[in-house]
This record gives sequence, structure tokens and C-alpha cells, in this order.
Amino acid sequence: MRLYWELARRGYRRYAAYPGATIAGIFTNTVFGFMLAYVLLAVFRERGEVGGYDASDAVTYVWVGQGMLMTIYIWGWYEVALRVSSGDIATDLYRPFDFQLYWLAQDLGRAAYHALYRGVPPFLVGAFVFDVRLPQEALLWPAFVLAITLAVCVSFAFRFLFNLAAFWLLDYRGVGVLAMVASTFFSGQIVPLAFFPDWLEAVAWALPFAAMVQAPIEIFLGNARGLELAGILGLQAFWAVALLLVGRSVFAAGTRKLVVQGG
Amino acid sequence: MGEVLALAGIYRRLVGARIRSQLQYRLSFALNLIGAGLISFLDFAAILVLFGQVDALGEWSVAEVALLYAISSVAFAATDLAIGHLDLLPKMIREGDLDVILVRPLGSLFQVVSSDFALRRLGKGLQGLVILVVALVAVDLDWTLGRALMLVVTPVAGAFIFAGVWIALATIAFWLIDSIEVANAFTYGGNFLSQYPVNIFGSWLRRFVIFVVPLAFVSYFPSLYILDKEDPLGLPLALQFVSPLVAVASVAAGCLVWRFAVRHYRSTGS
Repeated sequence: MRLYWELARRGYRRYAAYPGATIAGIFTNTVFGFMLAYVLLAVFRERGEVGGYDASDAVTYVWVGQGMLMTIYIWGWYEVALRVSSGDIATDLYRPFDFQLYWLAQDLGRAAYHALYRGVPPFLVGAFVFDVRLPQEALLWPAFVLAITLAVCVSFAFRFLFNLAAFWLLDYRGVGVLAMVASTFFSGQIVPLAFFPDWLEAVAWALPFAAMVQAPIEIFLGNARGLELAGILGLQAFWAVALLLVGRSVFAAGTRKLVVQGG
Repeated sequence: MGEVLALAGIYRRLVGARIRSQLQYRLSFALNLIGAGLISFLDFAAILVLFGQVDALGEWSVAEVALLYAISSVAFAATDLAIGHLDLLPKMIREGDLDVILVRPLGSLFQVVSSDFALRRLGKGLQGLVILVVALVAVDLDWTLGRALMLVVTPVAGAFIFAGVWIALATIAFWLIDSIEVANAFTYGGNFLSQYPVNIFGSWLRRFVIFVVPLAFVSYFPSLYILDKEDPLGLPLALQFVSPLVAVASVAAGCLVWRFAVRHYRSTGS
């Protein structure tokens, strides 16, 4: 356990080492937040409510979503695939740790850094300019933190899984791009799932991606209370465990067929 | 003139080599092409989702916004294809590659630009072209020579406007090595912004993209002319015709900033 705690701290510090990049990233997230917020507000000039959201819910969605963008990290994570394709995986395999937990621990540390330094600042800017809604009940805050943590686990488990394509394919990036397209769209990262046509929203909730972005935001907006809130957290926990387990068995299958060129 | 022709010849040979190398792995190239197209199509999917809820955004119909989207996509894809690797400038500086470039007897910007040509980004342009055709059919255009001409000129002008912005912003890397992401707010952000009608944005952002970073001239103003649409902002008609001039000014500004930045460049040494 101590080992994984240390790994998480390294994950945090690895990203904390580049404050310039952090400030630049905050700037870019904030600019995109402004544009997305104006686009959604244009929708609410045409009608007062969409899928149970009012204008205030929608801008809140945008700014929480921008804050979660880096925390969830659904874009461009190929670290495991790079270990496999470079052959470095051979060294990892005889190290005394669990390969999946090794990366999960680092990713949780990274997510903690990104939540604090890439998540909170854009939200504060957005809250200053737009009519943003904060959770009304004290209980919703710890529930939101738990939901974000689970969202990171689901996102990590999914990224880990598609990275394993590198065991079988030379060009793992093709799979990565498809995974990125699906997770960006169906997680609700660009448009809230509540804006989708009913059938597409149902499809999105049946996939693991809603657990990455839409689920925590629903909790933040206070759209899920009591049993429904427990249901959302349960759904996230289910996807986290399920995808981690699938990842483990695929990893085991991959290592069985792995041949690394010696040198 | 002879000098320009010589440069064009060098560019053709350098970029030709890059293209040939990328075409060596055909399956990989095809997958990358499709992937680039799919990723950029997501932005259009978002527009379709929004129009599933409303009939108009800021007085623009779905077909009209599709036209904005398509023009912006085609223009941006062309820029990204030709100079998108300016995003790698921090890496070139950090690893000393820029020092190599500076001692060669050719312009530094020319060398950086000709160092790559990411053909897979054609995927983005192709999906833009498909949506352009669909949008043109859907808006039921009253074709005139002027509109046809405008439709050809606009994406070209747009590409050069994006290019000027990209070049100017990439120079941030000369001062702040790990802050290149700021440029993304203007390049990728500019691409996103010009997919939507400018009149839906807040007044400060509108002024910014008309007077400071001229993104409103990529698609918004020319599209008003192509669609024979009344400007919801009520701005002078003349603005609908000046995109090519804005493009020249944008590239000129970009090159000036680049020249200024290179003069102040200090190598990381060793």
C-alpha cells in the first residue's frame, strides 16, 4: 500500500513540475469555457429549458466540464502502449508490483493535481462571469468528490484497456483515436447528454462514458438526490470495477503472447 | 521573383519527401486519415445535437451554421496541414534543432514550416468539404458569379488568417518554453469559434475577433454575403468583402512577430 501511495505522490509531482504549462492550460480551458457557455446560452435564448436544464444549469455544466477535462484526461494518454511498443514492458513485468495498480496510483495522483490546479481556476473564472449554480446541500460536496474520483477510475480503466491494443497492433493509435472519439462524445464532454435526443441519451447512459463526465456533473447540479444519487455512484463504481477487471484479463492475455526482441 | 521560385522549388522537394514517407505505411496512413476526420466531425455532431433542440442559433439555421462550420473546417485543415507542426517549436528549441536552422542560409520560418507536412490532416479537410457540399445544397443558394467566387476565395483567405495567428502565437515558445498551450486557445479555439455565428458570443469576445484577432473574417462576414443574409450585428456591408485583405494583414503581422521573436532568441546552449 505504501508503494502505491508513493507512486500517487510521484504522479502528482510529475505534473506539478511545470507551472508554466499549468497556467497556459488554465488560460486555454477558460477560453474554451467562454465559447461553449455562449453557444449553450444561444440555445436558451430560443427556449427556456432543455432536457430539464435551464440556462444556469447549462453554464454550470460547461464550467464544471472544463474543470474536469484534464482531471479525467480522456485525450491522448498512450503511456502503457508506449511501454509495450518500446519493449520496456519487459522490465515492468519483473518488478514487484501490480502493473495495473502501478499506473492507477500514478493516475490518481495526476488527477489530484489536475483537479486542484486545472479544475478549480477555470471554474472560478466562469463563476465570476456567468450565473453558475453551486450545490445547495452540504452532502453534495463529498458526493461530488467521490464521483470525480470514481470518474477518474473509470476513465483510467478505459484508457488502460485501449492502450493494451499495442500488444496486438503495431499502430495502436488508430484504436486510441476511435476510443477518444467515442469517449469525448458519449461522456457529455462537448454537449450535455440531456441535450441529446432521447434514444441517443439512452445509448450514452448504457455506455461507460457517461460515468466519466456526465455523472459527476449531475450530482454537482443537484439533479440526483437520495436513492438516485446512490444509483449514479453505484453505476460509476460498477463501470470502474468492471473495466478494471476486463483490463486485467486482457493484460494477462497480452503478456502471455508477448515477445520482446532481446538486445 | 527568381528567389521566390527557387524557394518554391525547395519547398516542393522537401514537402514531397515528407509526403512520400508518410505514404509508405498505407494502412496506418488510412487509419490516421479516418481518425482525423472523425475527431473533427465531433464538433459537427455537437452542432446537430444542439439543433435537435432549437430551430435557430442567433438567427442562423442549421444549414447556415453548417456552411460556417464547413468553411472554418476546410480553412483550418489547410493551415493545420501546412504549418500545424509549429506546435512543436518548443521541442525544436529545447533540443537545439532551432540552432541548426538558424545557421542555414534560408529563412528560419521557411525551414520550420517545410520541416513537416502532416498529410493525415487531410481527413479533417475532406469531412469539411463533404459538409460544405451538403450545406450548399441545404441552404438553397441563389447562385451568382460573385457568390461562387466568394465561396472559392473564402476558405483560402481563412487559411491564411489562421496561419498568421498561428505563426504569431507560436513565437510564445521563444520566451516561455512550456506555455505553448496558450496558442491553442487561438488556433484550435479560433477554429471552434468560427464554426458558430459570431453574433451569439458576448460583446467583448465579438469585438476581440473583429478588431484584434480577426477570426470573424474567416467565415462569418463572407458567409453573410454568400447567403445574402442580413447581418444580425448590423455592421457595414464592406466587411463582407475584405477577408482577403485581412488575410494578407494577418500573415504579414505573423511574419513580423516571428522576425522580432527570432531576433530576441537566445539558444538554450550546449
